[in-house]
Amino acid sequence: MAYIIEMLNIVKDFPGIRANDDVTLQVEKGSIHALLGENGAGKSTLMSILFGLYSPDGGSIRIRGESVRINDPNVANELGIGMVHQHFKLVHNFTVTENIILGLEPRAGLMIDVKRAAAKVAELSKLYGLDVDPNARIEEISVGMQQRVEILKMLYRDAEILIFDEPTAVLTPQEIHELMGIMRRLVEEGKTIVLITHKLKEIKEVADTCTVLRRGKLIGTVPVKDASEARMAEMMVGREVNFTVDKGPCSPGDVVLEISDLCVRNSKNLMAVKNLSLQVKRGEILGLCGIDGNGQAELIHALTGLSKIESGSVLINGSDVTHLPVRQRLDKGLGHIPEDRHRHGLVLDFRLDENMVIHSYGRPPFAQYGVLDFAAIRKNSERLIKEFDVRAGKGPATLARSMSGGNQQKAILAREIDRSPEAFIVAQPTRGLDVGAIEYIHKRLVAERDKGKAILLVSLELDEIMDVSDRIAVIYGGEIVGIVDSKETDENELGLMMSGSIRKAV
Amino acid sequence: MTMAKKDKDGKGRKVLIPLVAVALGFVLGSIVVAITGKNPLLMFNAIIQGITGINIGRGGFNPRHIGELVIQAMPIILTGLCVGFAFRTGLFNIGAEGQLMMGSLAATAVALTVKAPGFVHVPLILLSGMGAGAAWGAIPGYLKARFNVHEVVVTIMLNYTALHLNNWTILNVFGSVDRVKTAEFPASALLKDPWLASFTNGSRLNWGFVPVILAVLAFWFILEKTPFGFSLRAVGFNKDAAKYAGMKVNRNIVLSMVIAGAFAGLAGAIITTGTFSFGRALPAAEGYGFDGIAVALVGMNHAPGILLAGLLFGVLKSAGPLMQSAGIPREIGGIIQASIVMFVAMKLGIERILDLVKGKRAGKAALAAAEDGAEAGV
Repeated sequence: MAYIIEMLNIVKDFPGIRANDDVTLQVEKGSIHALLGENGAGKSTLMSILFGLYSPDGGSIRIRGESVRINDPNVANELGIGMVHQHFKLVHNFTVTENIILGLEPRAGLMIDVKRAAAKVAELSKLYGLDVDPNARIEEISVGMQQRVEILKMLYRDAEILIFDEPTAVLTPQEIHELMGIMRRLVEEGKTIVLITHKLKEIKEVADTCTVLRRGKLIGTVPVKDASEARMAEMMVGREVNFTVDKGPCSPGDVVLEISDLCVRNSKNLMAVKNLSLQVKRGEILGLCGIDGNGQAELIHALTGLSKIESGSVLINGSDVTHLPVRQRLDKGLGHIPEDRHRHGLVLDFRLDENMVIHSYGRPPFAQYGVLDFAAIRKNSERLIKEFDVRAGKGPATLARSMSGGNQQKAILAREIDRSPEAFIVAQPTRGLDVGAIEYIHKRLVAERDKGKAILLVSLELDEIMDVSDRIAVIYGGEIVGIVDSKETDENELGLMMSGSIRKAV
Repeated sequence: MTMAKKDKDGKGRKVLIPLVAVALGFVLGSIVVAITGKNPLLMFNAIIQGITGINIGRGGFNPRHIGELVIQAMPIILTGLCVGFAFRTGLFNIGAEGQLMMGSLAATAVALTVKAPGFVHVPLILLSGMGAGAAWGAIPGYLKARFNVHEVVVTIMLNYTALHLNNWTILNVFGSVDRVKTAEFPASALLKDPWLASFTNGSRLNWGFVPVILAVLAFWFILEKTPFGFSLRAVGFNKDAAKYAGMKVNRNIVLSMVIAGAFAGLAGAIITTGTFSFGRALPAAEGYGFDGIAVALVGMNHAPGILLAGLLFGVLKSAGPLMQSAGIPREIGGIIQASIVMFVAMKLGIERILDLVKGKRAGKAALAAAEDGAEAGV
């Protein structure tokens, strides 16, 4: 069968890093071809080259057998290549149709012929089973629907090759299932799909062929039906991957973090956390699970000192921190990995080494006699980069902004663990990360537990909660509706508690 | 990956962009001069004369021009530091003008009411100018920190308040005889020095350049070398992360405005006791604050950059009379200044030009052009 896309021996250099090193990708017409790799493996770079956003420093590209030079996204469009970006590019107060025709509006005299366009959109939507209302405004439709608008945009432009960049990162499980159906339907109609992802489950479910990249190099291309998830994970990470978290039984000690009758208001001044009590003991991981928006964020903000505590108390090792400012809580042994690493975890325009001393910059050895010691700051980050395997193009001088998500998270983890906190609050530590990074972060958290730290793990991923925690507390409507042993529960029971259907004695 | 591109050539690029903008500004100025029917070389001759005192065209050397350059550059370097300092903490301080006027007023008050020998009187005047500027800067800082009132609005309003407060005080408290200025300051209050004047052939040069140099050093030291500066910069880049890390965001906002105001207040004190020797009632703002914004912008909010940009804009001002005597309208200086600011604001466009030039040099013009498209798209 003929290849529709051939990217041969592609090389692309960025300062300090070779993003693509002699990578060859050949995609058969009418197939779903997965491009698998860890964060920073060079998947997005390769696809940006195909879409004309970057020029390769070496190699050649052939589309439908013909050698081409794609130096502009417009050239890619003419060749029938379309891309659904991870972050949608839509005008929010425009309708679906207006967004789709943006840039090639059909005219009727001086006016835009919206009616004709809407009819064509509706027809395409029906053909591919997308079920999109052409006249709905973008701001009124769900994220899943917005993604379909992006797909329609490509179809409207007669794209034959569709690139999906991490399409499921923003979707709910239900929407993911529907997207898989849409992708199959697209292929039935003769389209070719390149799927960028690091989620093995999805590849197994929908892809025909899988090309694996690691650190910019091509590892191999395998037919999906012959490759197990474990095999693909191994190719991606370069070693065997443990899907289950390795951990011994926990031996909890004294209570480190004690939350009693905590009440916290949210930004709308409503009570978001109601009389919540929890105890996290030395040497255990307490998982807190719940559906998003049930008071987790407010609880974390209250514990870390960012929002006011209405009533109740928070104790760390017996000392009351309820009304202490952030810095003093940190000094009492609080550690924190925030949910939003870009907004709260890092100063993106600071260098990596500066980010690693963001708490401790004012103290020796990083500051002596009121002057920063940049040599000490750099040395500190060199040590942490090595110990935690943080990959950054220019080492300590790398801007945090230019690092991949997984490495940003590793940098935060390194910084926090290095402070050796007694009470460690960890929120969504693996969101958007690949299996290798997830495995690593879980391993480090368990190691911290074994060192006798008390860890409160807040996550929306049920798998993560069940794998890593020793005990699981379920939050619903700002209240703890049950605490169970992680070995004695299952998804079903947790699901029922998360939806508030059952309560277990607290 | 996409972001790694932005980091390309890192610091070199950062320095190159304002330099290219300055060059383009002079090109545009030359074109305007040519349109008015004059030889642009005369303009450059005037500017070189402004910097070195040497008249290449007609021969001759007059150090007075160097002294006048320093006089013009000093206040706008300080207001540039003022705007730049606040900006590094994420604040847009439009109020350098008002902070400067308050510094000037405080300097007048101390100069007229305190009797002391010069070595006490002068530092006292400079400190009181800084203090008054700092206090005037603290108002928008506090309102921002406490009530989240936008500093742009407050500082603009306070510029008018400062202007009229200054005029009222000069006229009513210090009893202006001619309704324009106060009585002459005692000699102990002045930064002027006959030796400096004669050294530069009768220019208005005074000892004010010493505190200006100290201020540039202080700006650099505080922001780049101290833990306090580290936390100011963190707040400037990402308030939320700074708060998470336990930094006192609100305190930093106030302190940043206080320090910024002190720079502008110092400028006011230097103008009043260096360039002049009496307090003045002003018909309108003199534009030091806006020049400061331009200086900070072109100087990329860093100490060395602000120093150089201040000297550059200083020479454009001081060369004005020289241009005029060569038959070129003195407003050309303003046009060049404005176009430099405009070109700096067109940062992306300049990066594009730089990419093109670089690509050609490497014989890979086609590749670079494509890369460019990507950069615009990113």
